[in-house]
Amino acid sequence: MRLEPVQNPSLARKVLPPAIALAFTVLIASLLAMIAGANPFSVLGLIIKGAFGSKFAMLETLNRATPLIFTGLAVAVAFRARFWNIGAEAQLYAGALMTVLLGTGFLPWPSLALLPAIAFISILAGAALLLIPALLKTRFGVDEVVTTLLFNFIFLLFISMLLEGPLKDPMSMGWPKSARLLPEARLPRIVEGLRLHWGFALAILSALCIWIIQTRSTLGYEMRAVGLNKEAAAFAGIPVNLVLIKTALLSGGLAALAGFSEVAGLKGSLTLDLSPGFGYTGIIVAMLALLNPLGVVLAALFVAGIFVGADSMSRAADVPTYLADIMLATALLLMVLAIMLTRFRVVRD
Amino acid sequence: MGKVEALRLNAITKRFGGLTANDAVSFGVDQGEVVALLGENGAGKTTLMNILFGQYTADSGTVEVFGQALPPGNSRAALDAGVGMVHQHFTLADNLTVQENITLGAEPLFSPRLNRAGARARIAALSEKFHLAVSPDARVGNLSVGERQRVEILKALYRDVRILILDEPTAVLTPQETDALFATLRQATANGLSIIFISHKLHEVMAIADRVVVLRHGKLVGGARTEDTDTQALAAMMMGLEATPPNVAPANPGAALLELEDVSTPDIGSAPGLKSVSLALRAGQIIGLAGVSGNGQAAMADVLGGLRSPATGRIVLGGEVVQRWTPRDAVQSGIARIPEDRHKTGTIADFDLTENAILERYKGVPFSKGGWLNWRKSRGFAEEIIRKYDVRCPGADTPIRLLSGGNMQKLILGRVLEADPQVILANQPVRGLDLGAVNYVHGQLLEARGHGAAVLLISEDLDEIMALSDVIHVIAEGRLSPGFVRGEKTPAELGLWMAGQGFDARIPHAS
Repeated sequence: MRLEPVQNPSLARKVLPPAIALAFTVLIASLLAMIAGANPFSVLGLIIKGAFGSKFAMLETLNRATPLIFTGLAVAVAFRARFWNIGAEAQLYAGALMTVLLGTGFLPWPSLALLPAIAFISILAGAALLLIPALLKTRFGVDEVVTTLLFNFIFLLFISMLLEGPLKDPMSMGWPKSARLLPEARLPRIVEGLRLHWGFALAILSALCIWIIQTRSTLGYEMRAVGLNKEAAAFAGIPVNLVLIKTALLSGGLAALAGFSEVAGLKGSLTLDLSPGFGYTGIIVAMLALLNPLGVVLAALFVAGIFVGADSMSRAADVPTYLADIMLATALLLMVLAIMLTRFRVVRD
Repeated sequence: MGKVEALRLNAITKRFGGLTANDAVSFGVDQGEVVALLGENGAGKTTLMNILFGQYTADSGTVEVFGQALPPGNSRAALDAGVGMVHQHFTLADNLTVQENITLGAEPLFSPRLNRAGARARIAALSEKFHLAVSPDARVGNLSVGERQRVEILKALYRDVRILILDEPTAVLTPQETDALFATLRQATANGLSIIFISHKLHEVMAIADRVVVLRHGKLVGGARTEDTDTQALAAMMMGLEATPPNVAPANPGAALLELEDVSTPDIGSAPGLKSVSLALRAGQIIGLAGVSGNGQAAMADVLGGLRSPATGRIVLGGEVVQRWTPRDAVQSGIARIPEDRHKTGTIADFDLTENAILERYKGVPFSKGGWLNWRKSRGFAEEIIRKYDVRCPGADTPIRLLSGGNMQKLILGRVLEADPQVILANQPVRGLDLGAVNYVHGQLLEARGHGAAVLLISEDLDEIMALSDVIHVIAEGRLSPGFVRGEKTPAELGLWMAGQGFDARIPHAS
């Protein structure tokens, strides 16, 4: 057996494999639910209901999707230029750290000035954190997969050290937890009374901006060119290293916004469990979205829905929430396979 | 010699989707005969040989070797029946010796009862018999291209081949090495071997083959004994129309537009850099750069095209010494660059024609302003190229990977020529193109010369260089020969320079 590239894929070839991949994901999840001793249809029903079935569930899903949109965009932007940023987790915490440093009294400004300032400096922090691997790659050829991945551990330990030391809230009764943000530094809710903060709107806006940059700007054109064929891009006069560095800055900044939005919009303080792996899940989101920034929004809603729905389902039926992780992992693996099948056909010799 | 038929192809048909690569092709090869398989790129030569070799299965038709039908799709059976192939791109292990390469696969490499002395004696005997001089203990990585080819042929002979297929064997050889190869092939046929010689170089085919078969669009369109035909007739058969060699008017060179002054660049791996090269590209003149591939052509193209800066020496553009030198600087200075590899460096396969058309000039008016692209103007530019340069494609939003090599090259030509360049660097501009596209590209280069452009033509095809160039320089191991005006040197004399002779008497030292 071997693979033959499909020159001009038909619409069916583009749409069918991903649809089949999703169907198989549901099938496998159902089998697992059966093994856990539950009725698969009611489990799936409970997941959907738990994710989208009520106003409360919807808002919960949108809240959960917000950081995933940011990290998903961060990964999508970087991967488009073939810059493998695996460190969105660390960049997220860089943004969260800046939010806490500036939002707990350091800048005594009113909300309207304070929030943009914090957001901006968070972006700078995330960008600066990713600049180091970017420079190591463009200057010395150091593999960014390794450096960005290792930075996650280094930076999380650094945050841990701060939370055990200078950042520790004296009122936290010994928990490694920062002081709470001032009210001016909190992101307000979009509609009073509904548990959804402006971070979600910022995420949607970011996705739109990235989409416009990728399709209309010279920078987006350069990033796609570098990602598709570095050699041809360099030959044509595109400054490849500079484009990679700009890409890294944009990607790091987006990931940092996830940290800003989680701390200022939801949690109000910094703890080590701020992110249950949003940075890594961002990779899944970006891959499911085929690196399309608008697709990232949909993929983030899908992934958040599965998490929120599985939480709610496990309370109702006696099936562990790990089902959500398995569903996401299967969805990703099958989707990667499906994407391959849209571009190649299997030929039997 | 008796007429024993060594090989017979019976009505071989092979389709790939809607494309018929081979359409009922039949021909035979007698024992001791050299048959040239002639055809343009894409005519179906490679497909046919892959079927003969068992790598593809034919949709219909059979292959017979000495009267025995070969089972389809079985490479092993083809090898066992005595069919051997020397590919255009050699399949040798660089880190092994000549002897190890030859015996690799034919005998166990690390058996305790390995008969190295026996193998050695056999290789020595074969070398002697076929005039293939190579040292069995030399590492293949240290051999020249011509020597490597000898090893490939020895490898086939060591396996007792009776039918030897040579795919474009002269593409990488100097004229002298080609002559040596032909002597070997004559020796081989005298010993009863049959040879299929794949080529599109007509005069070589005339020199070596007993008989020629011509493929066009997958069909066998003709065959002739070489003594009954001539290159003109063969070209006509191959192309389906009378070949018209470019009729070149005398040049009328003007001022030097781009000059290298005593430029050197470091070697990169086994690829030599430039060694104190001085060269002036003049308006209204085509300079041909001849040489065996891998002798510094890449360094030359890179330096002139802005991809590399000289380690020592200067680049002078329109009389002024260049300070900053990037690809973008080169493009903005009016240098058109046609890259050697249009798939890898010339275009971005998944970009559509519009995106590829603006690749060098997307920055700035008219294609962008303040960092935002103007897709309408960009698309208009691509459509203009498609119309003016007759790029055959479904539309400007087609991914360029779907285009044939010739149409891809036309887009590149349009991209660089529409900017009215002063200097044109054409690196292997017709490699892999069919004759129609070749004539088109050559016509465009000549027309640009007529408009006062300075053209540098880099090619490994001496025929192409001699047909187009007003002045020929030879490059060998990074050193540049003096310029020879049209007709000053014969191909054989240029071949000596390509082999590195002539330089030694007058090593150019920086003075």
